[in-house]
Amino acid sequence: MPLPAGPAPEEDEPSGDAEGLPRAGGRSPAEVALGLQTRIDALQTSRLGSRNLPTVPALARILPGGGLQAGGSYSVRNSATLAMALLAGPSATGAWCGVVGIPDFGVEAAQGLGINLERLVLVPDPGSQWLTVTAALVDVVPIVLTRAPEHLAPTEGERLRARLRRRGAALITLGAWKQSDSLLGVAESAWEGLGAGTGHLRSRRMKITATQPSGRLRHAYVEPADLRGSTGPGPTSSYTASGAGTRSGTTGPADALFGAHLVRSS
Amino acid sequence: MLLWCPDWPVTAALREHALPADTPLALTERGEVLACSPAARQDGVKRGLRTREAQARSTGLVCLLHDPALDARTFEPVVTAVEAIMPGVQVIRPGMGVIRAKGPARYYGGEDEAADVLLRTLAAIGLTDARVGVADGPFAAEQAARAAGETGTEQVVVIPPGRSAWFLSAYPLEILEHPALTVLLKRLGIRSLGDFAALPASDVRNRFGLEGALAHRKASGLDHRDVRARTPPPRLDTASEFEPPLTRIDQLAFAFRVRAEEFVEALRGAGLVCTVLRMLLSTESGETSERSWRHPRWFDADDVVDRVRWQLQGTSTSDSALTSGITRVQVVPDVTEDLADHADGLWGTGTDEEVHHGLARVQGMLGHGAVLTAIIAGGRLLADRRVLIPWGDPPPGPAGARNRDRPWPGRVPGPAPATVFAAPVAAVVLDARGNPVDVDLRGLLSADPAFFGIDAERRAVHSWAGPWPIDERWWDPGGRVLNRFQLVDRDGSAWLLLLEDHAWWVEAGYD
Repeated sequence: MPLPAGPAPEEDEPSGDAEGLPRAGGRSPAEVALGLQTRIDALQTSRLGSRNLPTVPALARILPGGGLQAGGSYSVRNSATLAMALLAGPSATGAWCGVVGIPDFGVEAAQGLGINLERLVLVPDPGSQWLTVTAALVDVVPIVLTRAPEHLAPTEGERLRARLRRRGAALITLGAWKQSDSLLGVAESAWEGLGAGTGHLRSRRMKITATQPSGRLRHAYVEPADLRGSTGPGPTSSYTASGAGTRSGTTGPADALFGAHLVRSS
Repeated sequence: MLLWCPDWPVTAALREHALPADTPLALTERGEVLACSPAARQDGVKRGLRTREAQARSTGLVCLLHDPALDARTFEPVVTAVEAIMPGVQVIRPGMGVIRAKGPARYYGGEDEAADVLLRTLAAIGLTDARVGVADGPFAAEQAARAAGETGTEQVVVIPPGRSAWFLSAYPLEILEHPALTVLLKRLGIRSLGDFAALPASDVRNRFGLEGALAHRKASGLDHRDVRARTPPPRLDTASEFEPPLTRIDQLAFAFRVRAEEFVEALRGAGLVCTVLRMLLSTESGETSERSWRHPRWFDADDVVDRVRWQLQGTSTSDSALTSGITRVQVVPDVTEDLADHADGLWGTGTDEEVHHGLARVQGMLGHGAVLTAIIAGGRLLADRRVLIPWGDPPPGPAGARNRDRPWPGRVPGPAPATVFAAPVAAVVLDARGNPVDVDLRGLLSADPAFFGIDAERRAVHSWAGPWPIDERWWDPGGRVLNRFQLVDRDGSAWLLLLEDHAWWVEAGYD
């Protein structure tokens, strides 16, 4: 599908493969209860006193709650660039970033996206202690990027999420993680500058999708410049706690910064 | 009472490099001779000479760079030896120290006797050419000590109390080491310290200001400087001996823990924190391992124990078994800073401190090299451009890291890829007929790439560019000849490929 020119407004589409929705037929009452609880949790995107971390505007539009939420966890399906762009927002306002278990992290690209290398900590090989290391970093660093855990018991995952909420940190996983609040991915990407044996890669347009916990899908078309973290808003303005009810998507500070044309309520 | 060891830098260098005393030696700084040994002086070498001219005058001359730290370090045992018999030494500079004469003179029964005791003590530690001058003030005492050398074999010159002005009066003005004042006074017809001292002090002060007044007091034998005894520095290093030798790291860490706590506590008692320490480990078989460790903040006991562990893990192959038992662990603080500079603020020092703590904990779990920070250096290959530094280590200086501002022909144009594989991944690139694509010796491509695959899967190539040759370090057998390609597959993923020696590798992915 050819990509349309110019930034397109975000749309909500019903997701075809909404996961985690229970279908009650032929299950034990306990499973039904668990399924319903999961669904309730999924609908409760905003908690009392939740606040947003500074987020790159192009991504803040499509994320639930209007930006990265402190205590939230996000999965990025197939793009390291997108994961770096999520780090770039907090890093540009002076936050420390941690990267766990990703030996292939392209430091130069990270700097290009506006991540401050002086406040970037890499633990490329946590070995068997992934959970301990991630938890230790979550304690001190407001945003941690890691590879999605392969074998993690649900209880351990819940404990990690509880720790995230308590410390107000955000976790970004590369690769799908069932327990994350939102799943982001690059649905399409088109490169410019490369021909048949000529030129070199110059820029790229991406269609980014974000699956919301309710199962809705939002997307945005972005240019590389849209993903760059800027040092514009200071931490004081970016860290103001948004009130309860950010479900409407209009009270987040990231929204307030980027005008009225942005988010429509889903 | 002033103690002077002539040519101390030379003595220090001779001792440090274990050279015989009659070696013609010159210490140079910025191409000029700063100090020279008596043997070199006999050949006509003198201070201020160009190094090359000094070498021409004395053909057997040994030239070394002057190292002020070495002077201070080697003078330290001398001061300690003197302090053992006469407390309260003030070190003016390495090679020269002042002692208040009153106490020793009374104790040893006279200034001459005290000076003799001092010289005998120094002779016992191998310093036979020391000089001692006793006078009313340090300045006069220094001149007396210098005079002691000039008048033959005499090593002590004692100026009786109140006679310092008389002693100094014959000296020329140059010894004040105040060239501007000297020139001016000479124009006024004043040629010796005696003439200068004869001027009324208030007139000198009115005419020459504070500096002139101070020089006038010096010339009158009344030195404005008083002897300020140094406080001997507390011993802050610690060492632990193990008998029988310990063979397991966990045993050692446990056994050293108390010492580490004492070490940190001793530093804290002195109002200091240690930011760089040197750790020396000795094993039963006589090996020693020495390493300097740096801390992003300052060491506490856990950190010290961790450094012991890491240093051992770095030297042995397996995790806990050493090649031979450890008999001794010594910790020397290399750099200490004032505790007040590192104290916690009233409301806490913010998040950075927490980050340091948390990262130190992760380092404790995984080892020193597991937590890294990154800088970008110069280079053609992306892996060369990424330089990872263990947390807490200093970044390599301009000499260590390659300069990224240089042009580096052959580096990748355009945006940087987000995934740079730590180890390149093998790949396959095929042409339309299914034959592998290759580049011949002239740099020509055998056919246009049509299919690309990392594992068994083959994807059609949408667009591509290359080959971009990289001929790195062609003068070196370790140099590499590579061809680089950019390639976008039909899914819209872009890749950076390397072709080396007919094999394809994925260097990076623009995902």
